Amino acid sequence: MHLPVAGLKTESLPGATPAWRVRCDAGQWLEACEAVAAAGGRLAALWASDERDLHGGYSAHALLVAHEGLLWLELPVADAATGYPDLSATFPCAKRMQRAAFDLVGLGALSRAGTRPDARGWLRHGAWTVDTHPLCRDLALDERLAPGDPRYAFVAVEGDGVHEIAVGPVHAGIIEPGHFHFSVVGERVLRLEQRLGYKHKGIEKRFESLSLAEGARLVGRVSGDSTVAYAWAYAMALESMAHAQPGARALRLRALLLERERVANHLGDLGHIGNDGGLAVGLAQFSRLKEDLLRTNAALFGHRYLMDRVVPGGVAIDIDDRGSERILAEADRLEAELRIMRAIYYDHAGLQDRCIGCGRLAPRTAALLGVVGLAARASGHAMDARAYPGFAPYDEFAPEIASHRNGDVAARIVVRFEEILASLQLERRLLQGMPAGSTRIPFAEPPAGACGLGWVEGWRGEVLIALQAGADGRVRRCHPHDPSWQNWPALEYAVLGNIVPDFPLINKSFNLSYAGADL
Amino acid sequence: MYKILLQIARTGIRTEKPRPADAALRALAPRLSDDVLGLLGRALAIRHVDAGSCNGCELEIHATTNPYYNLEGLGIRFVASPRHADLLLVTGPVSRNMEEALRRTFDAMPGPKLVVAIGDCGCDGGVFGENYASRGRVANVIPVDIAVPGCPPEPAAIVQGILTAVTSATRA
Repeated sequence: MHLPVAGLKTESLPGATPAWRVRCDAGQWLEACEAVAAAGGRLAALWASDERDLHGGYSAHALLVAHEGLLWLELPVADAATGYPDLSATFPCAKRMQRAAFDLVGLGALSRAGTRPDARGWLRHGAWTVDTHPLCRDLALDERLAPGDPRYAFVAVEGDGVHEIAVGPVHAGIIEPGHFHFSVVGERVLRLEQRLGYKHKGIEKRFESLSLAEGARLVGRVSGDSTVAYAWAYAMALESMAHAQPGARALRLRALLLERERVANHLGDLGHIGNDGGLAVGLAQFSRLKEDLLRTNAALFGHRYLMDRVVPGGVAIDIDDRGSERILAEADRLEAELRIMRAIYYDHAGLQDRCIGCGRLAPRTAALLGVVGLAARASGHAMDARAYPGFAPYDEFAPEIASHRNGDVAARIVVRFEEILASLQLERRLLQGMPAGSTRIPFAEPPAGACGLGWVEGWRGEVLIALQAGADGRVRRCHPHDPSWQNWPALEYAVLGNIVPDFPLINKSFNLSYAGADL
Repeated sequence: MYKILLQIARTGIRTEKPRPADAALRALAPRLSDDVLGLLGRALAIRHVDAGSCNGCELEIHATTNPYYNLEGLGIRFVASPRHADLLLVTGPVSRNMEEALRRTFDAMPGPKLVVAIGDCGCDGGVFGENYASRGRVANVIPVDIAVPGCPPEPAAIVQGILTAVTSATRA
């Protein structure tokens, strides 16, 4: 990859996704980010690592999406107090990632004026103090950390008639925990500030206690609803480090599982959005359709959500002719039912009234915030890692990308309907003429220091894995990145000017992961 | 409207019979007397708290309300406040950041109350275990009556765990 940055020589990483890696200095770090942003690229992920055992200091890492593919920048920093240049002016989505990186490693972003853009903790809450950093290598995984100060300064909105509504972390339904701080006038939302991190359970530190092979089970539980996407991205990263290439049959089976995960989640969401919009029959119908699909998964692949079915080197399942026929018959039945339900949703005046124009994320806001996945596609950005860069086997089986310009709840419903239909079509194409061959290949242990990236379009958006091998086949560092990092801040904008009772509907239409971003 | 009615009629009734109570799921000896259980019957109100799960268990808890398992058809419903609840359904290893919220939710419930821990993480910490940010199993933080293993446990197993909690010890 060539960037107009003096002295920056990128090294290509092997594997299924076009990716480059480079070590840079602080000047190049900023210049490279600005060059990528100027060319229409974006920030995919940001994290930090403790490298005192290797080069005596720490490293900041940024993963950028440029036209050519992924660029992994590593900025070594000798002294944690020096920090690294703040990226939030170029990429606003960097803010929370920078705060999380500081809580975990102690390496903070510094603005040009030499100050930290937001010094409030993100993941630590009161679980540890501001000067303790659990991802440093001198602290043990089960270290008992002294509790820190749990207080948190929300931004105050003042003025005539402004009041605050604080919701969470425990919500009034079957939902993951997080805190929403609304400032409202009457019923209208003036501002929403999210506070997440409640589910932080030390996943990145836990990875470092595992072998590269064992990591595959943990990665499938970063965000349970996207287990296939995570497992595939992890396998892709590990296979890249080991120079291994799974066979055609294994890749097609992976895509089959990924599409089934997409369909299952979209069915669930369509039901819940209908329910939150006042159409309870939608939930009853879609939850039935989802259950049918999950039962087929259990019967054919041994797990309703397909956990641990994608493994490094291939897949842990196979399919025979009877299994194929069952899936094809299910696809036809599901498509027929989906068309009925779509007619009901599109004709229902009450639901239309709730959804059209509600929770609008403008295309321009989506671009500024670096929004990805389904939410981006519903706001006019036809981005999908299956189509571009089109990792195998999607290079042969490019899906039709559903997109919509309105960016409202209704648009996110439309995109889900279209994507289910496209995924069912993909399932049919994947099963037709399924190549024979092995479903799993053995591969050699990657050498210590090897780096790999995985980039998979899950149902919510792109799931990324940055993996580094340690000695003896251990994980040295693994950073899993959920699309929710980029999309949570967008929800703060989508809800502006809407009324508080519409928040659950708007929130559901995004359906972001708390677990995936709290790590 | 006719399209909705037609679809409902076409779908028919899909509800299946729940599994009977299973004493093997008990983590504690029964704490409620038969008299209390008799009063409670199955008119049960459940509060759910996700104390740090991967969200897989939440998918299956949602599924217990689909037409196949039809938890509400058994008289059991999810409520929006711990003050309305008889039973607390907890998922996840308990993250340190959720420990206080979980404790407060438990304390806010009026007695007599029951706790059901869902999933391998709720039962023993699961793949995350105990670490600087995780307190591990639910029983490390609040008393647990019933523990339902699985990653995630299937909806039928979750329903079975809930039914076991409100079944007399002499029957399960």
